Amino acid sequence: MPSRQNKKDMKLNAKIPSGPLAEKWSTYKSTQHLVNPANKRKFDIIVVGTGLAGASAAASLGELGFKVKNFCYQDSPRRAHSIAAQGGINAAKNYQNDGDSVYRLFYDTIKGGDYRSREANVYRLAEVSNRIIDQCVGQGVPFARDYGGYLDNRSFGGALVSRTFYARGQTGQQLLLGAYGALNRQIAAGNVKMYTRTEMMDIVVIDGVARGIISRNLETGALEAHFGHAVVLATGGYGNVYFLSTNAMGSNASAAWKAYKRGAFFANPAFVQIHPTCIPVHGASQSKLTLMSESLRNDGRIWVPKEKEDAEKIRAGKLKPTDLPDEKRDYYLERRYPAFGNLVPRDVASRAAKERCDAGFGVGSGQAVYLDFKDSINRLGQKVIEERYGNLFQMYEKIVDENPYKTPMMIYPAIHYAMGGLWVDYELQTTVPGLFAIGEANFSDHGANRLGASALMQGLADGYFVLPYTIQNYLAGQLNVPRMDPAAKPEFKNALDAVRSDIDKLMNIKGKRTVDSLHKDLGLIMWDHVGMGRNKVGLEAGIKKIREVRETFWQDVRIPGTAAGMNIELEKANRVADFLELGELLAQDALHREESCGGHFREEHQMDDGEARRNDEKFKYVGAWEYKGPGKADELHKEHLDYEFIEVKTRNYKE
Amino acid sequence: MDLTLKIWRQADRKAKGRFEIYSIKNISPDSSFLEMLDVLNEQLVRDNAEPVAFDHDCREGICGMCSLFINGRAHGPDESITTCQLHMRKFRDGDTIVIEPWRACGFPVIKDLIVDRNAFDKILQAGGFISVNTNSVQDGNAIIIPKEKSDEAMDAAACIGCGACVATCKNSSAMLFVASKVSQLALLPQGKPEAVRRAKAMVAKMDELGFGGCTNTGACEVECPKNISLAHIARLNREFLLANLKP
Repeated sequence: MPSRQNKKDMKLNAKIPSGPLAEKWSTYKSTQHLVNPANKRKFDIIVVGTGLAGASAAASLGELGFKVKNFCYQDSPRRAHSIAAQGGINAAKNYQNDGDSVYRLFYDTIKGGDYRSREANVYRLAEVSNRIIDQCVGQGVPFARDYGGYLDNRSFGGALVSRTFYARGQTGQQLLLGAYGALNRQIAAGNVKMYTRTEMMDIVVIDGVARGIISRNLETGALEAHFGHAVVLATGGYGNVYFLSTNAMGSNASAAWKAYKRGAFFANPAFVQIHPTCIPVHGASQSKLTLMSESLRNDGRIWVPKEKEDAEKIRAGKLKPTDLPDEKRDYYLERRYPAFGNLVPRDVASRAAKERCDAGFGVGSGQAVYLDFKDSINRLGQKVIEERYGNLFQMYEKIVDENPYKTPMMIYPAIHYAMGGLWVDYELQTTVPGLFAIGEANFSDHGANRLGASALMQGLADGYFVLPYTIQNYLAGQLNVPRMDPAAKPEFKNALDAVRSDIDKLMNIKGKRTVDSLHKDLGLIMWDHVGMGRNKVGLEAGIKKIREVRETFWQDVRIPGTAAGMNIELEKANRVADFLELGELLAQDALHREESCGGHFREEHQMDDGEARRNDEKFKYVGAWEYKGPGKADELHKEHLDYEFIEVKTRNYKE
Repeated sequence: MDLTLKIWRQADRKAKGRFEIYSIKNISPDSSFLEMLDVLNEQLVRDNAEPVAFDHDCREGICGMCSLFINGRAHGPDESITTCQLHMRKFRDGDTIVIEPWRACGFPVIKDLIVDRNAFDKILQAGGFISVNTNSVQDGNAIIIPKEKSDEAMDAAACIGCGACVATCKNSSAMLFVASKVSQLALLPQGKPEAVRRAKAMVAKMDELGFGGCTNTGACEVECPKNISLAHIARLNREFLLANLKP
């Protein structure tokens, strides 16, 4: 099959099919190698993770007749964190007749990503988006409908059309339950074997090719080796490196990190998304952050007091926000961005909130701003606001114990999504042959910033419609590889021994610090030094501090109990040990990228008015890091991004 | 807030469990219930004791993993929420709080407050899906579904599979859980062809796995964090009756 070799780095071959953009995927599919039906059952495929990407991939591969082993750390595949996605899923159906098309969805996604994603992958994503909606409807996903019985859409940021499909505020839940149903059907059919409460501990690579994994049963502590002709990682993002994020408590980066240490390149780790409308931190015992849908910014106005004295009084509880007259309020987004006002993109809104709070104007604990519905309620009436946002207002009230119809909501930005991840080529294969990464775990489609309602789209696109094809192009060349008995292969035994010795090492430290306390230390460093605004001095200091925490961890962590049986502290320690390494790579990537783009804002690189200054001349590439061994510097590889079909522009939200 | 906690401790599936009493101080009323348990666990680890194992993940009321019986109620004293959404302001300073795992023969205890809910997966594997392969579908708008039907299906589909219904039911019946899926799919035209077979298979699996029968007391509905209505059990019964009329 034709493919275009990357010009600069021979280790990064994106394998993009040649030809016109709109024909690449169909050309690929019609010329790729396939595995014949009788041979499919001879292949074992390991899928780690059961979120939208993992469950849809495992189910689709099972339907094709492959023998799949699917793993998740939760007690059921239905609990994967895709379940918490609220808003919706994009597709280029153009059911609203408002001018949408595959090209427009492709264009919006590339632009939203601030021109740091790959054209061919993004076009394919837009192309398969429509079939995702069809598939989910077929599975019985109860999408919102209008009175005629047809599918309804809502609008989301970064687009001029209404292309978002939704199921109340629980779109992620309903899509995941659809995929989980398909997965259950394959489990019942015997094509998928499900391993719940099981964590992947390492990847087994034999002669440079991924051949299986080592897993740990979280109930019994037993370590097991599993063979697979291919290994698919669908393990989500690494937001929890910041400790506080909107991710689930168990969400972790260990699978991706182990892959990195086994030779898979890690791309653009510095690209993380910080969502502007989350419920602020309440105190030291805070364990995670709750997102409030972006849609609230349609009717809410964001402000802080104009005078520091007023902010101080409010923080001390001596002044109520409702008593502060309009002329004493600073509606800073409307002031700074007259054209877009409160509806600027996520990265811009987040940075502006941080700027005001850092300058001493924050409310609540000092790390919060107001989102006020007073004017909308006066204009539209409380009933309209209740219809639009009732469930969100109720959720806010349960958590904060304040009535947002009467007193403004407090919000603050929080870590939400990882655009970066394992580097993959057009086939979603990492730099390790036989090792694939799908969904949030890979870096491929969102560039430096993800648009709302596109995460669900990408997870399901990869799992239902891309990987089940591309993996066959790889497997077709593996027909002569028989199933391996892990017990008979030294590589599996060595990997098992290595995992066992790592666990023993952790258990034997017997120090004084709890895992969570060290994770919180790391999170604070990440937030302060590698958060919304980054600069050289801060990043260098951050790297030093991360290393110190890592050292403390390995000298002073305390894990009670034993490695046999269920040990919740050991589970956390395994994950935090990897976060402590990944955090440094993230900071290092942020340090090397001397430009501001999307979610990555380098304070040295901004316009006079504080806007991001992208540097296309030097940084229009994917930064893919290669692990070189313990204590050695990671090596940067560059996949240059050629925009053949789109004109690269600067984003502007002021006019 | 200063509190006394009476918590069920059990080393593993086979071990004999018992209540242990802990005291905990300076808990913020703004903390969630699980954050209060985090503080307890930090304290236990510092004292070189084993922390209390409990299930939790998303901590925003949607994954269905958290599962505590608090002062005799599934998910605690507040209405229409999961344990992770329960906040300490619902308790008073000086309170004693009793924390137990789900108690049901279909949900054996694995450790402390963690139970095995694998039976729920097995019930759904018996037929809680529409048999459709990837890519074998027609256009989404080719299936027209009246809004009322679609909304009712969504009400049923909101089930998070936490198991509060089973834990609350005096018979440990899983009828509300089974009904939510049977009803969701029976309401939709896509789910109709298999509706009868599905109801039969899922109820049979539920019985096989040791869940009790439904006597319509409605306790499950009261404790369901997602307000799933008993009306769905009525629809399940209808489908089940049809299944037995058409063997």
